[in-house]
Amino acid sequence: MNIDWAALASVFGVSLVVTVALVGLFTLGIVGLAKQAPTAAGNGGSGAPARFGAYACFALCAAAVAYGIYLIVA
Amino acid sequence: MEHITLLLAIVIVTALVFDFTNGFHDTANAMATTISTGALKPKTAVAMSAALNLVGAFLSVEVAKTISGGIVNEDGLRTEVIFAALVGAILWNLLTWLVGLPSSSSHALFGGLIGAAVMSAGWSSINGGTVVTKVLLPAIAAPVVAGLAALLATRLTYRLNRKITDEAQLKSTAKGYRAGQIASAGLVSLAHGTNDAQKTMGIITLALVTGGVLSPGANPPVWVICAAGVAIALGTYLGGWRIIRTMGSGLTELRPPQGFAAQTSAATVILASSHLGFSLSTTQSCSGAVMGAGLGRKGGVVRWSTATRMFVAWGLTLPAAGLVGAGAEFLTKQGGWGVGVVAVLLVAGSGAIWLLSRRKPVDHTNVNMPDAEPAGIVTTAMAAVSPPPAGIVPDLKTTIPAPAQAAEVPADPARPATV
Repeated sequence: MNIDWAALASVFGVSLVVTVALVGLFTLGIVGLAKQAPTAAGNGGSGAPARFGAYACFALCAAAVAYGIYLIVA
Repeated sequence: MEHITLLLAIVIVTALVFDFTNGFHDTANAMATTISTGALKPKTAVAMSAALNLVGAFLSVEVAKTISGGIVNEDGLRTEVIFAALVGAILWNLLTWLVGLPSSSSHALFGGLIGAAVMSAGWSSINGGTVVTKVLLPAIAAPVVAGLAALLATRLTYRLNRKITDEAQLKSTAKGYRAGQIASAGLVSLAHGTNDAQKTMGIITLALVTGGVLSPGANPPVWVICAAGVAIALGTYLGGWRIIRTMGSGLTELRPPQGFAAQTSAATVILASSHLGFSLSTTQSCSGAVMGAGLGRKGGVVRWSTATRMFVAWGLTLPAAGLVGAGAEFLTKQGGWGVGVVAVLLVAGSGAIWLLSRRKPVDHTNVNMPDAEPAGIVTTAMAAVSPPPAGIVPDLKTTIPAPAQAAEVPADPARPATV
């Protein structure tokens, strides 16, 4: 019996890091966009940089999904 | 196709039936959280999953060369043994569906194969070490890895969006979480179609090779690829609503951010594990991710009674499917009439399970309404009707320090005191 601990550990590490990074990025994107929405208090929109940052986050997430599809196909 | 014997035809049909049960058993993996959080309507969700499963079946040309990946010595495996193994796997899949428990279809197939092979050729045909490394260890590792990742991700996402309290902003984040959930659920469906439809193609190809129709090492014919893809997509579209209910709202009560974290964790674990050489079961990863996400929200509860029943089912999968597989192989060994008896028993058993399921049907109309468990669950049903805006809940306060906080622009400097 030969347990591949190295493979198991790398699955563990990669899954943990990638999941947390993706969810974090995506949440930052969502939050950035949400801040664009006009609030009830009237202090809406933190401007173009926030919007740009949000789109950058989404672009990174989309790249990760594309890589995922590449892994499935390959 | 001219040299296909009756036995071979039976095996091919049985393999497609297994593919079909595999599809509706595993719809929950991709779509349970999406359905229970209201990101997609139940029918839309299963239709999308079915379409992606079908696409996935055609995506990759690399078909599994072995059924069991070394657990069973497949040299000289007789067609009857494959048939007996499939019978064990199908009946176990149907039984776990009847009681609404997610369990791994691959493990059911391994179990059936082990039972049938032992009955056919004795214990020496089983590679015990591989059973431990390919079945037992992953069964423990999958939920732990996926659960931990989902738990941390859930905490992080609640931490990051805790300052979003305004109505319009909440609507915007809810839309975002919805899109994120759909994307990651789609990825899980696609991966499932590729992996599991190919398993069936592998079985049929192996049976055709054993039956002498194809030469060893041949690629599966086009009709095999099409049939396997269509069978898994039909099964997925039918929807294993009982299992979806358990996974989506039976294990824990999920809100959209949790659903997103769970689904992302599941998709990552499945892709990472299959490409880093330590295969983990899709079902077990998804169930673990759902539980992790449940624990990640402050005030979130995992119903351990349901979880325990599920763990018991995982433990029973291999021996139970194995016993049925062994019994079926015992009969098929008797000759042609034995195969007939097993086929009749399979149809009768499946019919009986289906009749039992009609007593308390679960379908797309009541999938989000939990069964008998009282207290606090009505809210889940409500959530299905009108998804609650993400993050208004007062229990967003978490006590863990979030390093990513520094990256965030404080929206309202007056608020942190209350957090």
